[in-house]
Amino acid sequence: MSVSFRALSVPDPSGLMFGRAPKPVSCGFGLELGKGQVYPELNFTLPTMVLDESNWAAVVAHYEEIGTSIQRAAKRLKLPGLMVEFELLPPMTEHPSWGAEITAILHRHLKQAHKDFGLPCALRVTPTDIRDVTRPPDLRSGKPVEALLQSFEQCAAAGADVLSIESVGAKEVHDEALLYGDLDGVIFALGVLAPRDMDFLWKKIVTVCSSHKVVPGADSACGFANTAMQLSSQGMLPEVLAAVVRAASAVRSLVAYECGALGPSKDCAYEGPILKAITGTPIAMEGKSASCAHFSPVGNVAAAMCDLWSNESVQNVRLLSGPAPEAYLELLAYDCRLFNQALKSGTERAYQDLLVESDVHLSPQAYILSPISTGRIASAIVKESSHYAMTLAAARESVLILREAGQKKELDLNSREIEWLERISRDLDALPVDEQQLLVSMQERYGHLFSAASYGL
Amino acid sequence: MKELQELAQSVEQGQVQKVSGLTQQLLDSGVSPQTVLNDGLIAGMTVVGEKMRSGEMYLPEVLQSASAMHGSLKILKPHLVREGAQSRGKIMVGTVKGDMHDIGKNLVSIMLQGAGFDIVDLGLNVPPQKFVEAITAHQPAILGLSAMLTTTMLNMKTTIEAINAAGLRSNVKVIIGGAPVSQKFADEIGADGYARDAVLAVDKVKQLLGVTA
Repeated sequence: MSVSFRALSVPDPSGLMFGRAPKPVSCGFGLELGKGQVYPELNFTLPTMVLDESNWAAVVAHYEEIGTSIQRAAKRLKLPGLMVEFELLPPMTEHPSWGAEITAILHRHLKQAHKDFGLPCALRVTPTDIRDVTRPPDLRSGKPVEALLQSFEQCAAAGADVLSIESVGAKEVHDEALLYGDLDGVIFALGVLAPRDMDFLWKKIVTVCSSHKVVPGADSACGFANTAMQLSSQGMLPEVLAAVVRAASAVRSLVAYECGALGPSKDCAYEGPILKAITGTPIAMEGKSASCAHFSPVGNVAAAMCDLWSNESVQNVRLLSGPAPEAYLELLAYDCRLFNQALKSGTERAYQDLLVESDVHLSPQAYILSPISTGRIASAIVKESSHYAMTLAAARESVLILREAGQKKELDLNSREIEWLERISRDLDALPVDEQQLLVSMQERYGHLFSAASYGL
Repeated sequence: MKELQELAQSVEQGQVQKVSGLTQQLLDSGVSPQTVLNDGLIAGMTVVGEKMRSGEMYLPEVLQSASAMHGSLKILKPHLVREGAQSRGKIMVGTVKGDMHDIGKNLVSIMLQGAGFDIVDLGLNVPPQKFVEAITAHQPAILGLSAMLTTTMLNMKTTIEAINAAGLRSNVKVIIGGAPVSQKFADEIGADGYARDAVLAVDKVKQLLGVTA
């Protein structure tokens, strides 16, 4: 199955609204996404502890405790619906039966909640992409690849309702290019290598999902654009570079949908609004209520178009109120009540405006995630036909958006950010139209970092 | 000396060809390779480090400076070896067992190289025994351990225990870094230091080795 997106599913940015998606998704125990409500997506991880066979009983006990606290909080908060995400830790993917065992535990808790008090709910399971254990990574063969595919199979069989991944194909090149501010390398990684790996991996994921009647969720450019976001937040990279990387990264994430992914997108995929405009599928987002996991400059604008609202990840530790996952589920639940009340009362436009306006003038990374900016970037993408051209178009459009915002004084860019924006613009303009030409020069520059066979080259 | 100042400035500005050219000129005019290294290259990179710390330079600009320095070092190294010049110190780095995050570790390596240290990078997902074997083989002054996960950070402790058990602990200082770790954790597992980011890692290494510039 291969779908091409040559037009926007949401052509008018004013149609990009939280809680509503033209192509809703039904999953799990009666959870319907994109049909007029925003639901919490709770994510969690283990506290500091050894994760191996000798300590497995303690690991299981943590997930049992989390499951129990989810049931308790969902009932107490009268949640209208809930997505739970289980992100496997690397050993749980290396040993597929471990991830499947935890999946079964969480599935059992959600099934119980649905039976006891009718909670519409679903379990998203996200195996870790463990294929990059060697350098250069072998992305298409070997034990890690086999374990990853087995992990999808076994988690699907154990009760996952949605399967997702944060895949890392081309990260080995992107990391290096990003550190050096090398736009040729960034675009090569995002527009030439990553789409090839996404196509390889997502066709396999969709096949697993079809055989188990599980929803193929989506991928995230976390390893690419969130790396840029974090480095910029530490003052190591210009914010405008992180913003351009975000826009460009949407194309490699889009490939999952071309292969049959249906959404919801992953919470850490801040490129989600661009994907929603193109595909019309529901998106998960994270912002202010994910500061337990990491900081970001896009805390409110990230919420403007979400269908699931996530905390990204929190350790299962004891807070004054109770277990941290339960505390964060309460935060998300109250956030979602506001979204849903706005939708119910017809004030969603005003609420969305507040979410957008409170952030967009303070950061280029927030500015490019407004409904208008994401609509423009999405339009630029669907006008092109190759992944390379689409990536380049997204990057160029984001530069135009940021330049115009600076000129209109809608965004306060300091002189160094402006210098970098112009440098990025020049570098993008200098890239060849012909992908093959770029491939030759990039093999010279980065050939030592990646295996051509991993990308079918 | 004016030429050395110009070299330091060129390093700061990341002018790869100019730095190499000036290095050769200085050597040809009889300036000692150690002086070129200390008063030209490292002096320039010290300013770069300060500018990065104060937010005046971004990482790509820092790396451009580091590239300029490396170009010069290629010319300088044979002369330094001939003169028996001492390295500033050998630093070994690696991401601990079970962890596949390496961008932070790579960043630290680059910054340390820029500050004139020799790097041995063991890569990612490194088991304790491999660290032990590499310490025996390379005899680094400092070992930098990296971890990004709450479930892998304890492998830093396991690694230090393995180094202890091998009787090598007094030969090497250990520093740690990564999102879930802290100074408190470093103290708990018996590490000699913790650094929150790559710039501070360079400071910590200099402090532990008693390097002042």
